[in-house]
Amino acid sequence: MKQINKAVVKKDAYALLSGKPLFTDDLAMKDCLIIKILHSPHAFAKILSIDTSMAKKIPGVEAVFTYEDVPSSRFTLAGQTYPEPSPYDRKILDQIVRYVGDEVALVVAVDEETALKAMKLIKVQYEVYPPVLDFRNALDSSSIIHPEEDYRTLCDIGNDRMRNLCAHDESNYQDVDAVFPACDVVLERTYHTKANAQAMMETMRSYAYIDAYGRLNCVSSTQVPFHIRRILSNALEIPKSKIRVVKPRIGGGFGAKQTGCTEIFSGFVTWKLKKPSKIVYTREETLTASNSRHEMQMRVKIGASKEGIIKAIDLYTLSNTGAYGEHGSTTVGLSGHKSLPLYNHVEAARFTSDVVYSNTMTAGAYRGYGATQGLFAVESIVNELADALHMDPCELRFKNMVKENETLHMYYGEYLNSCALDRCLRKAMEMIDYQNKPLCLDLGDKVRGLGVALSMQGSGIANVDLAAVEIKLQDDGFYTLSIGATDMGTGCDTILAQMAAECLDCSVDQVVTQGVDTDYSPYDTGSYASATTYVTGMAVVKACEILRKQIIEEASILMEVDPSHITFDGDKIEAIEDQKEMLLREFANRCFAGGKGKALIASASHVSPTSPPPFMAGIAEVDVDKLTGEISIHDYVAVVDCGTIINPNLVRIQAEGGIAQGIGMALFEDISYAEDGKMRNRSFLQYKIPTRLDVGNIRVAFESSYENNGPFGAKSIGEVVINTPSPAIASAVAHATGFQVRTLPITAEKVLLRKDED
Amino acid sequence: MLNIQQFVQPKSLQEAYELLQKNRNNQIIAGMLWLKMEDRSIPTAIDLQHLVSDQIEESDDRFIIGANVTLRMFETHPALNQWMHHVCRDSVKDIVGVQFRNLATVGGSVYARFGFSDVICALLACDATIILYKGGEMPLEEFVQSPYQRDILTHIVIPKQSLPRSFVCMRKSATDISTLNLSVVKKKEQYQFAVGGRPQKAICIQLPVEEDTIVAKKLRSLVPCEGNMRASKEYREALVEALCRKALKKLEETA
Amino acid sequence: MKITITLNGKRIQEEIANDVLLIDFLRAHGCYSVKRGCETSNCGLCTVWMDQKPVLSCSLLCAKCDGHSITTLEGVQKQAEAFAYFMAHEGAEQCGFCSPGLIMNVLAMEQELQAPTMDEIRSYLAGNLCRCTGYMGQMRAIQKYLHRNKEAAHETDQ
Repeated sequence: MKQINKAVVKKDAYALLSGKPLFTDDLAMKDCLIIKILHSPHAFAKILSIDTSMAKKIPGVEAVFTYEDVPSSRFTLAGQTYPEPSPYDRKILDQIVRYVGDEVALVVAVDEETALKAMKLIKVQYEVYPPVLDFRNALDSSSIIHPEEDYRTLCDIGNDRMRNLCAHDESNYQDVDAVFPACDVVLERTYHTKANAQAMMETMRSYAYIDAYGRLNCVSSTQVPFHIRRILSNALEIPKSKIRVVKPRIGGGFGAKQTGCTEIFSGFVTWKLKKPSKIVYTREETLTASNSRHEMQMRVKIGASKEGIIKAIDLYTLSNTGAYGEHGSTTVGLSGHKSLPLYNHVEAARFTSDVVYSNTMTAGAYRGYGATQGLFAVESIVNELADALHMDPCELRFKNMVKENETLHMYYGEYLNSCALDRCLRKAMEMIDYQNKPLCLDLGDKVRGLGVALSMQGSGIANVDLAAVEIKLQDDGFYTLSIGATDMGTGCDTILAQMAAECLDCSVDQVVTQGVDTDYSPYDTGSYASATTYVTGMAVVKACEILRKQIIEEASILMEVDPSHITFDGDKIEAIEDQKEMLLREFANRCFAGGKGKALIASASHVSPTSPPPFMAGIAEVDVDKLTGEISIHDYVAVVDCGTIINPNLVRIQAEGGIAQGIGMALFEDISYAEDGKMRNRSFLQYKIPTRLDVGNIRVAFESSYENNGPFGAKSIGEVVINTPSPAIASAVAHATGFQVRTLPITAEKVLLRKDED
Repeated sequence: MLNIQQFVQPKSLQEAYELLQKNRNNQIIAGMLWLKMEDRSIPTAIDLQHLVSDQIEESDDRFIIGANVTLRMFETHPALNQWMHHVCRDSVKDIVGVQFRNLATVGGSVYARFGFSDVICALLACDATIILYKGGEMPLEEFVQSPYQRDILTHIVIPKQSLPRSFVCMRKSATDISTLNLSVVKKKEQYQFAVGGRPQKAICIQLPVEEDTIVAKKLRSLVPCEGNMRASKEYREALVEALCRKALKKLEETA
Repeated sequence: MKITITLNGKRIQEEIANDVLLIDFLRAHGCYSVKRGCETSNCGLCTVWMDQKPVLSCSLLCAKCDGHSITTLEGVQKQAEAFAYFMAHEGAEQCGFCSPGLIMNVLAMEQELQAPTMDEIRSYLAGNLCRCTGYMGQMRAIQKYLHRNKEAAHETDQ
């Protein structure tokens, strides 16, 4: 293969690296009205009255909108395929505010200063309700967060809103209760992962304008342009045909931008005023009034024989969806379905889950999407089991881990085509010289510990994610590849072009890709669920096969030969028997020259019936200071099985970046609330993400398997990489100190005082 | 959002001083890193970049640091750091980043008197004094404890003392605000400590020189701590002892 | 008030609002490379040079820049190209939103530090946050960039 497994430079690299104006706010027209939002100071309240008259009198204020001005339909901001499994539980502005930060009013003015000045003059009277701030007290609380009659669900998600229950589910493989009594060792533990901010560098933002055809155009930093079109249609109560969504370069997403956010505000204002408007969230707004990872508490019970054969696992997950239900029912599923299959040889397994509403910020999608939380619990208890059995944690895993060609009982019965997890763990052990190191080593002032964890994820959502691509042959023989998948810095515009180039035997430069435009790009569910390489990649392969056929057919007409005589090597079209040949360039120009010519356009769409899991093994080597408890990462090795690698540079950066985010989650990222329900982490001063001094040394390697259902054997990479740091570091710290932290983050304070939060 | 009605670069310190007295909301702009985050209106912002020194002067017995000296200069000044056994560098090197420290000034850090200030903690242990335009020279310790005066801080003075010293701090992540910071100077039979980020303002404590572990325990019993978002009271108390032991060890290494 | 600034080598004389921050002035003057990632002087995305020293343009009043020279990535395109090559070949720009600030600080570091160690590099660049890469790829690119002349010389020797 010429273009696969090749470190091609990203197509947009040099434009980005020279600081060109490519992002939403760089592109917005200068006369956009500026929207600022008045956010609720209360965690749960009803707006009794709202007086905007003074604010409207400020010169330069164009409008002030409240719940009285917006359409009445409820919708969800979750960027998911219709019918969304997230409840339709919110409005653009509502009379009830459900968390500190919920939107109360939109101020529209000529500039930011004027809007902020006017905002201070809005007078709101609230009737304050007792909020539910601890999600562990949400179920059946006397405070009902969504009592509204027009609330609705489109799917059966076990919803019971009057109990604050957003979703409930249960799945079983055999009978766990019958197996536990037969186990030599049974451990039961509770683990707790916190809400984390995705913290992409570009905050939430969008702008909107009306075009020549009277349609609403919305340019947004989003991962899901086509879903945004539906969300805007639902929220504004206008047909989708009236809406166009454009995604330029975006400054990171990590799932945050899989949920609509600012588009409903810029869209509403522009549709109402028929003037361009722009909204750029501050970091504070992005942290406190968009979405985060779901906080989860997980009770795990594990049973094993004294030889270390795991016989049963029972997992109960309680997930906090916050004020609204975006991604609530789906993220929780991954906490079990992407953790339990690692131990597929158990005799029985059970996974039960409840997702509850509370008066905290809405949760959403964040890289790992529930799997990260579930794997912290399951991998931690497996580590604790190893310690309880006095068995090496890697040895325990070799005895129990899932292997190729198994049917995954807790993963919807999917058949596992490809899995190199054993090779991944073996290689990770080699990289860190595991066999020659003790799990705990006294260094004098510090103690060094080793900890291990495994991880899996999916590749797209089986039978749900749909990707379409269109590829055209252009004159002079270059190709334009239209995709609806959204490059958010990850490089999908480049790797999909690599795949097309591989299929068409040409250089990557010969394939042109563009950003996403819902009018001109073929439909794609969007870039999330680790879907792009695997799902959209297959659509590229299919479309290119069709185009190849078209080229040969058309060549047979132009060259007047039998199509079966034609070979096409990407550059030359040849009919050896007929001693005729034509260069692609010449052929393409002939196609456009009229006569028998024909514009060659191929399109294909792809839905995968399976979601093959990528796997990873991570080993952390951490130092714990004996006096302060300070934890530093000495070394972190990880080996990933993502199937065939398409671009070794980009895949490595995905892995390193995911691990760094995982390290932040493990060690200090922690969204917390004050007693009045106000988030305490309102800036990068209070919500610290890792700097280059915090991550230590991250070393990544790959052990590829071949996935038959993926393009060129590829699976996904984006999410699997964030899951190992928390359990691996927790175990390394436990080995160093004898103290297992079960509530993230694993702080120096918890370790030194030997005091966990729960 | 910070709103500035008038921006003035006065011709003299006297003129600046008078502007300060004119309206209690008038404000000297130093690095502006903290001020920028405030949501307030300043009638007159006073810029002293042409009036207050941004140089470190060395004389026989002291370093005179202009209030406009940046934290970066404080960190990298060779002579100062040599005398100070790199305490200046150690105290500021983890503050956000170079771009931040090229703006933040020593004067701004000292005048603001934040509890977590690493600069104040480092300076307190070494008998630093400050010079106010009207108030004249006074010990930093006294200045830290005193209420905010409407005066102009022009210089910070560090006496040249050839003494072992060190600065240590604990941060939740590499460039976070200090959870606790501690600086110590060894004077013959006595240690002079400054402990900040308690999280209240730094305090100074003297203890006789004896075995490190005993000193550390004593210091722990003398430094009052509180809990906040970054650490509990209990953990901070443990940190006082821990950082004390680290600082004394480091001090001996640099002696 | 009226200020005179040398922006990327060009003298600009202009009436400005007293409280306009340098970052907003720069973006209004077409320097779109300058990005804002926070409001609390923590992210380093807005890094530009004031009199050749890296500073946070989000935290600097434009008024204070009167008489000074300001340089953004737009003003050092040629110089930045060499580093961009190594970043691109690691795939380390990723979303690219933090790249301009990083590049400005790397170039400033090159001016300021002589043969820095990895620890010194990490320290100097600690104020440049990146959420995509985990920093490893950036560090590889920086090392290769700083050693580019040595490597080139080495290749010629061979």
